[in-house]
Amino acid sequence: MVLANRLADGQVVFLAADGGWVGDIARGAVAGDPVAAQRLLADAQLAESRNAVVEPYLIDIRDEGGRRQPVSFREAIRAAGPTVRTDLED
Amino acid sequence: MYRYDEFDHTLVAERVATFRRQVARRLTGDLTEDQFKPLRLMNGLYLQLHAYMLRVNIPYGCLSSRQLRQLAFIARRYDRNFGHFTTRQNIQYNWIKLDETPDVLAALAAVEMNAMQSSGNCVRNITADQFAGRAQDEIEDPRPWCELIRQWSILHPEFSYLPRKFKIAVSGAPQDRAAVKLHDVGLYLRPNAAGVIGFEVIVGGGQGRLPYVGHTIREWLAKEDLLSYLEAILRIYNLGGRRDNLQKARIKVQVNALGAEEFRRLVDEEWEQIRFTPQLAVPRAEIERITAYFADPAWEQIPDAAALVAAQRSADPAFEVWNRANVVAHRTPGYAIVNLSLKAPGIAPGDLTADQMDKVAELADRFSLGELRVSHRQNLVFPDVRQVDLQALWQDLQSLSLATPNIGSLTDIIACPGLDFCALANARAIPVAQDIGRHFTDVAALQDIGELTINISGCMNACGHHHVGHIGILGVEKNGLEFYQLTLGGSSGEDASLGDRLGRSISAAEVPVAIEAIVTRYKALREGDERFLDTYRRVGLEPFKEAVYGKTPQRRPAVA
Amino acid sequence: MGLIREGRLVPDPFTDASGLERLPDGVPLIVSLEQWQTQRSGLLASGQRLGLRLKSDQPPRLVAADLGHFSVIALEFPKYRDGRAYTHARMLRERFKFAGEIRAVGDVLQEQLHFMHRCGFDTFDVAGPDPEKAWRTIAGDHTVAYQATGDGQPRALDLRKGTGP
Repeated sequence: MVLANRLADGQVVFLAADGGWVGDIARGAVAGDPVAAQRLLADAQLAESRNAVVEPYLIDIRDEGGRRQPVSFREAIRAAGPTVRTDLED
Repeated sequence: MYRYDEFDHTLVAERVATFRRQVARRLTGDLTEDQFKPLRLMNGLYLQLHAYMLRVNIPYGCLSSRQLRQLAFIARRYDRNFGHFTTRQNIQYNWIKLDETPDVLAALAAVEMNAMQSSGNCVRNITADQFAGRAQDEIEDPRPWCELIRQWSILHPEFSYLPRKFKIAVSGAPQDRAAVKLHDVGLYLRPNAAGVIGFEVIVGGGQGRLPYVGHTIREWLAKEDLLSYLEAILRIYNLGGRRDNLQKARIKVQVNALGAEEFRRLVDEEWEQIRFTPQLAVPRAEIERITAYFADPAWEQIPDAAALVAAQRSADPAFEVWNRANVVAHRTPGYAIVNLSLKAPGIAPGDLTADQMDKVAELADRFSLGELRVSHRQNLVFPDVRQVDLQALWQDLQSLSLATPNIGSLTDIIACPGLDFCALANARAIPVAQDIGRHFTDVAALQDIGELTINISGCMNACGHHHVGHIGILGVEKNGLEFYQLTLGGSSGEDASLGDRLGRSISAAEVPVAIEAIVTRYKALREGDERFLDTYRRVGLEPFKEAVYGKTPQRRPAVA
Repeated sequence: MGLIREGRLVPDPFTDASGLERLPDGVPLIVSLEQWQTQRSGLLASGQRLGLRLKSDQPPRLVAADLGHFSVIALEFPKYRDGRAYTHARMLRERFKFAGEIRAVGDVLQEQLHFMHRCGFDTFDVAGPDPEKAWRTIAGDHTVAYQATGDGQPRALDLRKGTGP
């Protein structure tokens, strides 16, 4: 999947199948092979050049009992939010 | 406290207007991210893991209650109801939106605050001793000099695109509470042989991946030479600091590559050319003008109330403990300096909610002449509390969870935001701090352990200053998992030293256990009233290594 | 792209030959330090006005004795982040009293023009389609200065009279 920061508010977003950007990892587009992944990244970089997002990059994800989880710990924190201060509201 | 005059107001307002335009140009794509990045950094805005983070300057740690209320307003209106105080006397907000940042900066300007140069390759917030102007051991108040340096450094046309960031700290007391020797330039206010106060100038300190204690390149500098000498240092750095490798671009690398002697020679050579230029003169009138803002406040003429407080202390053990840990002697009779601990057990170190901010502002008005300080240990300070008010203040602080009696002790942990927030991190730091805090809650035991600082950094950039912790903890990543390396024996004071690596990295769960083992060994080995650091310096690494990792196998059986 | 002086596009009489193998004849040239050092006598004999283009790691003091031969010194910003030329410009103007044109070349962007100007640059080879607009946009950015450079603008602290708490 492609992960980026939205330019205007800095929020973490994922590239969706329709070319839009979503905050929920469950709704992001998944590329099943390296070729598809590169295409996804290219779309994201186009969006970057159009100032929708900043610093898009590919992340590996895995299926954990039907839920999508980033493989890397850092990306898991980016997707889900900090592991501390969960007491605070949005 | 310094108050902006028309020039200061205009400068900040213009900066906000310029940045508003720069943000607009970015949003339309007129500026690419690469072109915009240094501009937003020079206004304190980072792009982090979850959102933009804004770092707001609290110049040399001085804050008014009015300013604190505005920080609370900003936390509520533009962020998620809390802020984080950093190791450089700044406050950080973690969920700022780019398109709202100019409004946040305008809100800051309205209370004479700003985020100028809190990031970027320029001179950053000038930091100082959090007890400046109040400590009993103070030689001279560093704050007027910090303000003079601040103005000289802001929007400097020549030094806004340095090889890397540049941090300056000033101390006016023999006990260094500002980590002066760990800065790019550190200044100690000191008398010369004739008793005239000037500056000892130290260059090339710093932490990060390549930690160094700074070198004194000038034992004594006259006050009127301060700006010209700083200009000479910055010029040598701007010209000669490395631009090919980000990890080697700080002045500490330049100083160590050239050697302190050669670096001093280059600075002196440049300085001779500019020493007497009127452009860099420090007019007496300006010094007097700035100093007047830091004049003694309207203290009441009251006697020392130590006897009253002593009676209250013996009547209330908890109050006693808090006094011993968090209250510091004031240079004026009848007054005390109070530390507010932002390190309650299980709390993210250095965080304050918007509600707490408002309440602290109210307490500052009632108990501390409307002013407070931020220490680089991520705590707050009320600099002017009447001794007779201590008990009442303490009770109010308790209700806000700001009275944990742990200043300078094991649970007064310094921790960077770490992987929970920071794009640079390899591991989390806050949960480790929280764990240690939950593990060591016995107040009496903590006071028995005494002075012991723990610093936690989530990566080698060392924003948690782990190199100078008595116990330093560095988060590393191994095979996608978080591990922690311990160092022992660091110190940020005038006796500055960098910690020694204890051994292989350990898991998060093992950290509190390791701390426990280290502390137990210290108590077994200490002599007299040695602090942990003293014992460590006397006995070395081995006993502690053994305590944490176990004994190494004997080569030969011991002789009976 | 275009050369601006005092906010107006101006023609550039110089040919920047610093990247060329052979130096053109009969026209004012801006040469590199290497070209100056190897072809000095020929250049002086040409009778044309001369300019020198210095890279960011070539401080002006290397040519301090020769400055009188140049009508223009072009100081390069290889990347706008490389801030050495700000110092070079100040040294040229304030230390060596260079009276000719100091030109900013390379990665010269709108948002850095103000600082460049304060450091002594006269002309700017600005990136972007409308250099005059770029200049106009930033011209009023900073009316208050905390520092003095060779441009004569007084420091705020030198203007303060009688303000205080």
